[in-house]
Amino acid sequence: MSVSSATTEVVDPVPGAGAPHLPQQPDLVQLLTPEGERVEHPDYAVDVSAEELRGLYRDLALVRRWDVEATALQRQGELGIWASLLGQEAAQIGAGRAMADTDTAFPTYREHGVAWTRGVDPLHVISLFRGVDNGGWDPVATRFNLYTVVIGAQTLHATGYAMGLQRDGAESATLAFLGDGATSQGEVNEAMIWAASFSAPVVFFCQNNQYAISVPLERQSRVPLYRRAAGFGFPGVRVDGNDVLAVLAVTRAALAAARDGQGPTFIEAFTYRMGAHTTSDDPTRYRLASELEEWKLRDPIARVKAYLSRSGAADAGFFAGVEAEADELAARIRRGTVEMPDPPGTAMFDQVYAEQTPPLAAQQAEFEAYQASFAGGGH
Amino acid sequence: MATETLTIGKALNLGLRRAMEDDAKVVLMGEDIGRLGGVFRITDGLQKDFGEDRVVDTPLAEAGILGTAVGLAMRGYRPVCEIQFDGFVFPAYNQIVTQVAKIHARSRGRLPMPIVIRIPFGGGIGAVEHHSESPEAYFAHTPGLKVVAVSNPVDAYWGIQQAIAHPDPIVFLEPKRRYWEKAPVDREATPDPLFASRVVRGGDDVTVLAYGPMVKTALQAAEAAAEEGRSLEVVDLRTVSPLDLDPVFDSVRRTGRCVVVHEAPVTLGLGAEIAARVTESCFHSLEAPVLRVGGYDTPYPPSKLEEEYLPDLDRVLDAVDRALQF
Ligand SMILES: Cc1ncc(C[n+]2csc(CCOP(=O)(O)OP(=O)(O)O)c2C)c(N)n1
Repeated sequence: MSVSSATTEVVDPVPGAGAPHLPQQPDLVQLLTPEGERVEHPDYAVDVSAEELRGLYRDLALVRRWDVEATALQRQGELGIWASLLGQEAAQIGAGRAMADTDTAFPTYREHGVAWTRGVDPLHVISLFRGVDNGGWDPVATRFNLYTVVIGAQTLHATGYAMGLQRDGAESATLAFLGDGATSQGEVNEAMIWAASFSAPVVFFCQNNQYAISVPLERQSRVPLYRRAAGFGFPGVRVDGNDVLAVLAVTRAALAAARDGQGPTFIEAFTYRMGAHTTSDDPTRYRLASELEEWKLRDPIARVKAYLSRSGAADAGFFAGVEAEADELAARIRRGTVEMPDPPGTAMFDQVYAEQTPPLAAQQAEFEAYQASFAGGGH
Repeated sequence: MATETLTIGKALNLGLRRAMEDDAKVVLMGEDIGRLGGVFRITDGLQKDFGEDRVVDTPLAEAGILGTAVGLAMRGYRPVCEIQFDGFVFPAYNQIVTQVAKIHARSRGRLPMPIVIRIPFGGGIGAVEHHSESPEAYFAHTPGLKVVAVSNPVDAYWGIQQAIAHPDPIVFLEPKRRYWEKAPVDREATPDPLFASRVVRGGDDVTVLAYGPMVKTALQAAEAAAEEGRSLEVVDLRTVSPLDLDPVFDSVRRTGRCVVVHEAPVTLGLGAEIAARVTESCFHSLEAPVLRVGGYDTPYPPSKLEEEYLPDLDRVLDAVDRALQF
């Protein structure tokens, strides 16, 4: 099975070799280089213990394995579609781990890593892509909202929720996820205007993975995305989205500022979607293989592994332990997926309203009678 | 050879190609329609042959696609806008119903709006939410818009060209789950007019009306009914607005029974309008009330339930039985 080899495939080459050839991003906040060297940034000091760092590595590795397993399950016909996060693990784990328990996330449909940090069961995410439900987790208990497929809509919800927090005097904030393509939507621009105007405690976290399906960033923006924030009147910062430490530091700072009444921040996590947009997409039609090869050198997991090994914060036993845990997770996801029961037909009538209407109740009864007519009949 | 066997998808592709060759003012706009050829590959190869100015990969903004189409139309262009999936037309809804639909009337005809809005619609492909909706009633309810729903490669090939050449804005609904259905297309034939319904199978007992993806389902039901000795007449509506119901009235006056089939929720759907009209015009010929078969009045369900949600031939036959029992 290629599941485990795919995990190591991207990780194993000497991390960062050749990375200096990549276009330099002068404004990029970075704390861990692609080679796995710890560097300092004047504005974003972060103090993480060896244990925390091992925890981040574990998150990254497990989420990648989940993603690889889900992709395989889709290929085997067990899922209708899968939106892979391959390459974006650090952006999502960094952002997710930066949140306080009381903060609330408003995701798109690709934030499996953030879901993980909120304690959402992977199978509750999988059930959506299997077509069993629209997301099986409790958005209130997990403070991880339901996935939003219509591009950009959730940025307004995050802003409104933040306004609610503000009115209630709650010292918490919201984290709104969006893609680079989403920045073109009117609703996203309206969200930023609202956020600025009301100084709402919301952080916009844009994963610039360079493409909106096939359309490259140049078609959405002439300026680096983080610089757009200035036009709305709040700070924008570009962080190396493949550097989990930098993402953690930058997002923590932005959320702290939001909770502190300083209003919104726009974070551009500069990263790359290593897989296809979804399993239905064919990236060979719009991008060169060499581009992917270059980004592999910036793999978000390899650099943490290199740093952990080099600094002595983790040994072979630790990595083997994570690997074994990943195997278990993958097996649990596989088993849970293939054994996942289909919902009963009546599920579609459930909770359409808080209060069922008489016509819909009648329709449900009709549906049930119709289904029952097949049970014994020779149809 | 003028006749070729084509899928609906390929027929649309060739129709778009021919419309672009015939009229240099035709401009295609949409998300991922260029290099990728659209998520359903309907525009495959067109950007390569016509260039980036005529096949425009737009930013990810539906209001932007339709709003700029309005301005381009004012300048004499004929924008053909692709909405990637039915559920994503709503960010553009404001532009479509408040602007595209009304500018011709408001300007007393001075500002033309020859815009085509292509939407792959309907369910049955196992997608996640917002990818399987049937929004036709929203548009058909708006004066100033015309709405067409094709069901086969012949109508796809000719219909898209006729829609593009037409002077009014047209919402052009493509039955996404039928994109791969094949039929021979004579590319030199004289096409049927765009806004005309058509009897696609003759029969005497019950008239079954459908459009878009449900035409095939209705034909399958007719096939199954024939085995039981029942003869269904199937009418492909082809146009949702304006409705062409005279052939339907003729049919119902003969059969005395009528079943309307669509995927959209039944309540206040197109079937309601058709039932009312058929009742008004054929009251004395009707042996049974006009019955409707459609989606339930619930949000389109997760894909594991779509088979139960979508009308299939059994549900059509069930309605036919009920009509015959009156
Ligand atoms: C309003 C709307 N239009 C179109 C789509 C179809 N669609 C789904 S994802 C996508 C690209 C999104 O790109 P981006 O915002 O950069 O996020 P990414 O998927 O790259 O993470 C498109 C066009 C949609 N879901 N919603």
